[in-house]
Amino acid sequence: MTSLLASLRLTVATMAICVVGYSAAVWAFAQAVTPETANGSLITNAEGQVIGSSQIAQGFSQPGYFWPRPSAVDYNAAGAAGSNKSPTSEDLKTRGAEIVEAYGATAENPLPADLVAMSGAGLDPHISEAGALYQVARVAEARGLQPAILENLVRSHSEAPGGFLMSGKIVNVLELNLALDAL
Amino acid sequence: MSQSKPASMFDARIMGPALRGAFTKLHPRLLAKNPVMFVVAVVSALCTVLFVKDLVTGAEGLGFSFQIILWLWFTLLFANFAEAVAEGRGKAQAESLRKTRTETTAKLLDASGNWRSVPGESLKVGDVVLVEPGDIIPSDGEVIEGVASVNEAAITGESAPVIRESGGDRSAVTGGTQVLSDWIKVRISAAAGSTFIDRMISLVEGAERQKTPNEIALNVMLAGLTLIFVMATATIPAFAGYAGGSVPVIVLVALFVTLIPTTIGALVSAIGIAGMDRLVRFNVLAMSGRAVEAAGDVDTLLLDKTGTITLGNRQATEFRPVKGVAEAELADAAQLASLADETPEGRSIVVLAKEKYGIRARDMQSLGATFVPFTAQSRMSGVDFDGTTIRKGAVDAVLKSVAGGRVASEKLREIQGISDAIAKLGGTPLAVVRNGQLLGVIYLKDIVKGGIRERFAELRQMGIRTVMITGDNPMTAAAIAAEAGVDDFLAEATPEMKLDLIRREQAKGKLVAMCGDGTNDAPALAQADVGVAMNTGTVAAREAGNMVDLDSDPTKLIEIVGIGKQLLMTRGSLTTFSIANDVAKYFAIVPAMFVALYPGLDSLNIMGLATPQSAILSAIIFNALIIIALIPLSLKGVAYKAIGANALLRRNLLIYGLGGLVVPFIGIKLIDVIITTLGLA
Amino acid sequence: MTLQAILFVLIIIGGTALLSWPLGRYMAGVMDPKGGKGTMTGLFQAIVGPLGREEQGWKAYVFAILAFNIVIFTVVYLIQTFQGALPFNPDGMGAVNPDLMFNTAASFTTNTNLQHYSGEATYSYFTQLGGLMWLQFVTPAVGLAAPTAMARALSGRALGNFWVDLQRATFLVLLPLSLVFAALLVIGGLPMTFEGSVVATTLEGVQQTIARGPVAAFVTIKQLGTNGGGFFGPNSTHPLENVSFYTNMIQMVAIIIVPMACVWMFARIVGRIKHGFVIFAVMLCFVLIKTAGSVGFETAPTQAFNDLPIAQDVGNLEGKELRFGATGGPLWAVLTTATSNGSVGAMHDSLNPLAGMMPMVGMWLNESFGGVGVGMINMFLYIVVAVFVAGMMIGRTPEYLGWRIEAREVKLALFALLAHGAFILLGTAIFAATPWGAETLNNSGPHGFSEILYEFTSAAANNGSGFEGLGDNTVPWNITTGLVMIFSRFIPIILPLAIVGFMSQKRRATESSGTLSVEGGVFATMLAVTVIVVGALTFFPAATLGPIAEHVMYMN
Repeated sequence: MTSLLASLRLTVATMAICVVGYSAAVWAFAQAVTPETANGSLITNAEGQVIGSSQIAQGFSQPGYFWPRPSAVDYNAAGAAGSNKSPTSEDLKTRGAEIVEAYGATAENPLPADLVAMSGAGLDPHISEAGALYQVARVAEARGLQPAILENLVRSHSEAPGGFLMSGKIVNVLELNLALDAL
Repeated sequence: MSQSKPASMFDARIMGPALRGAFTKLHPRLLAKNPVMFVVAVVSALCTVLFVKDLVTGAEGLGFSFQIILWLWFTLLFANFAEAVAEGRGKAQAESLRKTRTETTAKLLDASGNWRSVPGESLKVGDVVLVEPGDIIPSDGEVIEGVASVNEAAITGESAPVIRESGGDRSAVTGGTQVLSDWIKVRISAAAGSTFIDRMISLVEGAERQKTPNEIALNVMLAGLTLIFVMATATIPAFAGYAGGSVPVIVLVALFVTLIPTTIGALVSAIGIAGMDRLVRFNVLAMSGRAVEAAGDVDTLLLDKTGTITLGNRQATEFRPVKGVAEAELADAAQLASLADETPEGRSIVVLAKEKYGIRARDMQSLGATFVPFTAQSRMSGVDFDGTTIRKGAVDAVLKSVAGGRVASEKLREIQGISDAIAKLGGTPLAVVRNGQLLGVIYLKDIVKGGIRERFAELRQMGIRTVMITGDNPMTAAAIAAEAGVDDFLAEATPEMKLDLIRREQAKGKLVAMCGDGTNDAPALAQADVGVAMNTGTVAAREAGNMVDLDSDPTKLIEIVGIGKQLLMTRGSLTTFSIANDVAKYFAIVPAMFVALYPGLDSLNIMGLATPQSAILSAIIFNALIIIALIPLSLKGVAYKAIGANALLRRNLLIYGLGGLVVPFIGIKLIDVIITTLGLA
Repeated sequence: MTLQAILFVLIIIGGTALLSWPLGRYMAGVMDPKGGKGTMTGLFQAIVGPLGREEQGWKAYVFAILAFNIVIFTVVYLIQTFQGALPFNPDGMGAVNPDLMFNTAASFTTNTNLQHYSGEATYSYFTQLGGLMWLQFVTPAVGLAAPTAMARALSGRALGNFWVDLQRATFLVLLPLSLVFAALLVIGGLPMTFEGSVVATTLEGVQQTIARGPVAAFVTIKQLGTNGGGFFGPNSTHPLENVSFYTNMIQMVAIIIVPMACVWMFARIVGRIKHGFVIFAVMLCFVLIKTAGSVGFETAPTQAFNDLPIAQDVGNLEGKELRFGATGGPLWAVLTTATSNGSVGAMHDSLNPLAGMMPMVGMWLNESFGGVGVGMINMFLYIVVAVFVAGMMIGRTPEYLGWRIEAREVKLALFALLAHGAFILLGTAIFAATPWGAETLNNSGPHGFSEILYEFTSAAANNGSGFEGLGDNTVPWNITTGLVMIFSRFIPIILPLAIVGFMSQKRRATESSGTLSVEGGVFATMLAVTVIVVGALTFFPAATLGPIAEHVMYMN
């Protein structure tokens, strides 16, 4: 019984310090130092309306936008998940074939794998630079723009966050599409 | 039977009973003592029942099942055989002992001193019997009156008679030994059936064998591992069921039996028996298996100087007179004082005087001299004749005797100087005094045994500290200690100091071994973790120790430690070997078991075994045959080398760990080739 | 590509190994202050009350651990029950099924953090922080207390006082570390807000609800305490839970640093640094082998895409985030399972078969480096077995640091090791053979079997990661894994404490050149072999029917 009492005393003490104290400290630090990312890296339009988060993929299916990686949860940012399919799975083969068809990929012009493989959370905001360049022709045609301009746009939005520890560059799809709209 | 050669395991006298034993040991009550083999028996019986059922219903593939079941039973029989062989060797020894335990009649004394004949078995503890020349001493006991020469060849194998007398340190007699001359009265200390020889017989036969602590722990581990593999195999049907297939019970049993540590499980009791046996063959009786294991753990060895580190006898090598006394004069006096001294030291003085100064030994009788023997009080001996008294003895004792200790200080210094110089050389100084006049000092030299230094170096490598126990003064002790290479010494030792030293060592977390013989050694013997009592010693000493050395050779302590270590090493090495074998067995059986479910798994068949059936059969055959192959090793013990623990572990890990990993791969492949050629699978 | 991978692995693992050294020294200092009188000890004793001042024997220590765990389990169960009525619930999370509440309470009490739910869709901020994050602090603290007590006993002293040790671990180890790492992650861009989810209108005009929350605080202790329970369902693959390459690196360091430091802490308290090096080396060796395996096998492209016109030049991308790079996923998978953390940085279900086996191997062994505190304890069990066999091989009654290992110690150690295997194999067998498992699978064939095997492995290892395709929020899964987690947590804490309790009552032998050295390469080899043979081989048949069968049947 005294042990239970001691446990309860520790419960109160640890909750007060580790939950209340710690959370408050981290919260205050975050709101002071990085208010933008601390609240979810939200992007607002001119009217102040939230149009998304730069960290979160959103669905694009119109030919005039760059498309993100496929999502197992249809870009539901309140219930994220991956496909959890084995790489040897038949389902994956079916999906691959569908996406290949949607992009119209051929053996001569194969589709970069990241446009077919789903990410872990289904909300990966990035595609590979190759994946973006692959879509340039379609977007250019839909928007009636010079592919060269789009290629430049893609390249200017490409980044290699891992530097020399990472191979290849990646592009944030939402930011790219926003830039596209701003052209 | 001293240092008797072990009977070969292929000796017909052992093979016959052992083969019979292999079957009689199938009795469930006996099997239950060994968890691993008991489990093997259970699954073998289960498979046999299933097989009979299949036979009746006429199922297919019975040839394969039959062979597996056969080998399962062989596994069991081989294990029993191993134990039976080990016991058989002990029994052969016991047989020769038993011959000495003939029917005896005892001469029981009553209060009035009359004796009547009673059968030896009827004696009770506390009875007093008379033993006369030609009589067999009816039971163990202590001499309470008289002195006799006794032939103890029955237990020691030594034919020279020994003296047993009341009082002192040689009062214990053993039942079954024979009095050759004179008579003694013996108070019986062991009832019939529990005498020394009885104990010895049951020890070597393994009848009373109790599992030692380490053996129990090992059995616990083996049982635990067995349980782990019960789980690993019992869950397989469910796994296979998920994959849409099934695994025959016989295959599961084969996997299970090969995985559980049958090798060590089969050999563990043979190893224990053989370890005890090695000790007995060394003429050392351990009162318990625990003591043998403890011997392997010893950190500190207390060794008596005399007889162990140095040759028993010190020899006179020099006469060192004081100023104004000629060497020859001192030699002459010394020889006279020693004429009747029958100790080896005394004789060596006579010889030295003769050889060096040509002084011929004289006859005591013709001199009309009387010998004054050494006593513990005077600590001197000598002769008295014609009003001349000559004494020799320990320097301080002699000085004290001279004019009540009033010696001219310069003389004192001189004597002191000479004796110190001798002591520093490791010698023992004996002062000689004639008619109250100090003549000089005899230099008795201690001869350190050849090769002992190397032995101690070996022990040091094994982490064992040696402490020399001696009655010598510190200076002498230090010199001998340095010459012999012991780590430490206890000088001017009394039994109390010995006991104290043991306690101090133990407080430091060390296990201490010592040997002793006298009654006053009993407390120390009892306190020591390994106490080896000399067979010549007193009953008290024998009772206090946990081992008895029949040869009464204190040097053996070193070998006893080795035997204890070898016992554990053999267990550990074969355990490692047994467990390491599992890797190969997995690779033989698991692919074979599942290849029907997922054909691609054939790529795990890295040994390239012919068929799934031959793979499984080869594994189970290997598993059985390896037991037979390892019986000689488990009886002989793994090679024991006095190298450091780390080197020892590296060596055994390489041989038995790596070997255990590799050997079955080769063995199973070989068997697979053979049985495929023979068309067995 | 290969060079990059090697460099990346070395920076993360090697760098953390270096950092763990000073941390271990610090931890030893605060967990076991000289003379038992650290600066805060008086305060800690005051917080507990009279029980804080007694020297506990092993039984009292274990009893205190159990009492505390019963209380924290109950508290968190109650918080879940009443979360609808409690504050900090902007998204209006309501009642939860009792079986899920049991599973979650068991999961977080046991430092497992197996999640049969999605945090952003199930629990309020109050439950997440006040219940779950609170447990993420105190349960690794329980873990840290145990090897501290064990090390004290092995050094020949009394075990200490659980109540005080728990506070030392919470307030002096985990809290300061969390503040440092939380700051780094906040700077890296993790959210930290108490506002509810926000509804965005996307460029294509679709409504997208974006869940957010006090993520940074939660994630930090999730990683440092080898907890692993994510704020969001998909854990550290979620872009708001793990924003960038940089935060990914920090989180990987956070995953392994405390378990690594535990080895040094243990070695320092026992007073045997060289022995610590041996343990550390063996653990590191296993981690490196598994990493090589996982990263290596994961360079094979997604098998399902091989016949399609798809360019695969960076290996299998299914279930992986691009911002972490190709090596991030498989390396994380190894680290998180090596340490009983269980947070994921890529979907383990979608790893290539043999790459996905490496996390399972990690959890089967469960000691390299293992959970905070308990990894060292699990290793101790293997040490007992290794010392027992090795001790015999040098011809002495086996001793560990001078303490004799006899039947009782062997029995307890083997029982604990046996229990680990039993829970995994028996659980898998039952669920593989019944609809309980078969109907919840997300993949068929051997991969489906792997999903069941992984779930029980994760529960028994108190890991918490999963082959998340498994539909595990069912009554049978919730109850069974809940029980497995509880037993698997406390058996390996209680039994080792019992072992040292019994051992330390014996006469301690001094070590010499004749006793078994636990400090050299020979013993390290012995230990590694013991871990493999006793720990891993048991699972060989299961592995054969799961990942190995999938590999040989379907890859190429």
